[in-house]
Amino acid sequence: MSIRKTWFLTAIITAVVLATTLCLPTSAQNVPGVTSTEILLGGTHPYSGPASAYAPIGKGILAYFAYVDDHGGVYGRKIVYKDEDDAYNPPQTLQLVRQLVEQDHIFAMFDPLGTPPNTVLRPYLNDNKIPQLFVATGATTWGADAAKYPWTIGWQPDYRDESAIFAKYLMAHQPNAKIGVLYQNDDYGQDYLGGLTAALGSKASQIVKSVSYEVTDPDVTSQIASLKSSGADTVFIFATPKFSVQALVTISKLSWKPLIFLNSVSNSQTIMRATTSAGGPAATNGVISAIYLKDPSDPAMASDPGIKLYKAILAKYSPGADPADGNYLYGMAVAFTMVDSLKKAGKDLTRDDVMQAAIHLHETDNPFLLPGIIVADSPTDRFPIREEELIRYDAGLWHPFGGLITARR
Amino acid sequence: MKPALIGAFVVAMAILPMVIPQFLSFQLTYAGAYTIAIVGLVILIGKTGQISLGHGAFMAVGGYTVAILAHSGVGYILSIPAAAITAGVLGVGLGAIALRLEGIYLALATFALAASIPPLIKRFSSITGGAMGITLPSHSELELYYVTWIVAGLLLLLAYLVLRGRVGLSLRALRDSEAAAVSFGVNPVFYKTLAFGWSAAYAGVAGALLADATAYVSPDVYGIPLSLTLLVGAVVGGLDMIWGAILGGAVIEFLPLWSQKINPAFSSVVYGVALVAIITFMPEGIAGAIARRLRSPAPRTS
Repeated sequence: MSIRKTWFLTAIITAVVLATTLCLPTSAQNVPGVTSTEILLGGTHPYSGPASAYAPIGKGILAYFAYVDDHGGVYGRKIVYKDEDDAYNPPQTLQLVRQLVEQDHIFAMFDPLGTPPNTVLRPYLNDNKIPQLFVATGATTWGADAAKYPWTIGWQPDYRDESAIFAKYLMAHQPNAKIGVLYQNDDYGQDYLGGLTAALGSKASQIVKSVSYEVTDPDVTSQIASLKSSGADTVFIFATPKFSVQALVTISKLSWKPLIFLNSVSNSQTIMRATTSAGGPAATNGVISAIYLKDPSDPAMASDPGIKLYKAILAKYSPGADPADGNYLYGMAVAFTMVDSLKKAGKDLTRDDVMQAAIHLHETDNPFLLPGIIVADSPTDRFPIREEELIRYDAGLWHPFGGLITARR
Repeated sequence: MKPALIGAFVVAMAILPMVIPQFLSFQLTYAGAYTIAIVGLVILIGKTGQISLGHGAFMAVGGYTVAILAHSGVGYILSIPAAAITAGVLGVGLGAIALRLEGIYLALATFALAASIPPLIKRFSSITGGAMGITLPSHSELELYYVTWIVAGLLLLLAYLVLRGRVGLSLRALRDSEAAAVSFGVNPVFYKTLAFGWSAAYAGVAGALLADATAYVSPDVYGIPLSLTLLVGAVVGGLDMIWGAILGGAVIEFLPLWSQKINPAFSSVVYGVALVAIITFMPEGIAGAIARRLRSPAPRTS
């Protein structure tokens, strides 16, 4: 009885399993994810969890693809973007992406967000020769380790480049500056600090003090106090929005007036306004930062065709979204580069073609980037955006100055 | 009936990876790792009456143990017992503290452990790779699957045998009435510490297998959400029977993925509602509900 039952149950389970297997779609084409009417791309963004402030990037991408699809798609094919919520949790990212690859048969991964999630995806996608395109993180490794991982490429200016741009300006204008640095103690903050040290070269000894904080710290008051007492006259803030606000307000409250460089991660209008209301105009006036995307909240940009297009697309395809949140713009700008690469890859699309297109970019017409910025790379320089413009805050607005600075060597 | 079920389960698990898509056996590997951690929780909560909201921290210790050992050239299989030992030692240490705390205070202490582990890992970045984490060598799909499930099977069997004997009896006695247990000669210091260490060692093994499957460890994986998810798995599976851990592991692995398919925008709502439904209709967990069904079977016709 017992043995017969065993076999009976086993048979049932096996039958069920076989039935599910047979029902799974098998890719009919030789190129997964590409049919005569569709291109299927996969993505991951944190729609939930601690990093969900970045979720609008995914929504911006979806809105832009919907707009492109309504205007004929790419060579008549619609772009279908299967964007999953990985909650910024690498094991979950890997499982979701394996499902996208092995069950949904996506053509490529586009814009997975975050350094840890992309780190866990990279060996798997490269082993299977699946493009991992324009990842949403500024770590240096995406461009620097291309020899080992040829199917992976970044997009945004990397953190080290931004540091180098700041250093270039400082050395030209205040070569004897005494530098203090506040940085977040993780890969992002350390990349910024490393970039600054490298760009300063022999002048790196002018960094008189660097202090770090943990994302779990309540505030950075003691860090700022120790920077002040170090005698620094220039401060670099490599911090996420909440801590940047605290740092700027504390500096102002201590009646300290150093030259301040603020990383682009924290320079949105929303943040600057919050700082001004908490610490007065003195807390923000004269702060220097850098941008590469157009600023949707800048009134001077209101008549810019790129910003107008951005607002129109957002209103139609992502109703209810706040256009002042630059993350939507980021999503559209990177989606533009994706569409550009698909077009360049040609009508007979293969994974190899799109990868070749992605490492031979020369995009001069991205409407969401600052005028003059060229998205360009090559097999030996796999950093698509390496230009930024410095901006100075004054009387409630960012003012660009000095033109584009490149970190290309 | 029971040996028949176990036999069918073992045969099915052995055949499965040959017939299902690879990503599904990959997800089953994760479910297997979660199962082991949940067995640890069932031992601690269900059998000993001590609570832990911090088992994610022991998984972190296990995961980082194999990651660091892998880079010192220690093999995959050998590093698994090493993970059990490091996590177990930490568990014994925490068990010593747990002796002085009960109920909500113990819950808070273990919660603090879960909260402090990611920043602690980042602080010692020279060993742990900081926020960037550590990449591990990858292994074949089938190897990961079979190693995970064989280890899970052995650890389930071990837990079953030990709990059935003198140790299990002592633990249950302590859970039901410490005073009565002591008067019968049960040493509470020894047994409570043992339970914590044993349970933590299981979580360490789970962390090791999860790290090997992912081929990557990074600090934020092991925060409070993971610890709470494990607790959910233990309660949903059933705190009374250790084999409920298999169901609990399957639920915490597949329910979030499934609820995302139902509605990506409200995945956490669907997940939450499904959990509430399970707890409402099966207050003793899924295993408890099944066991009750088996005890009072439908009238037979033959």
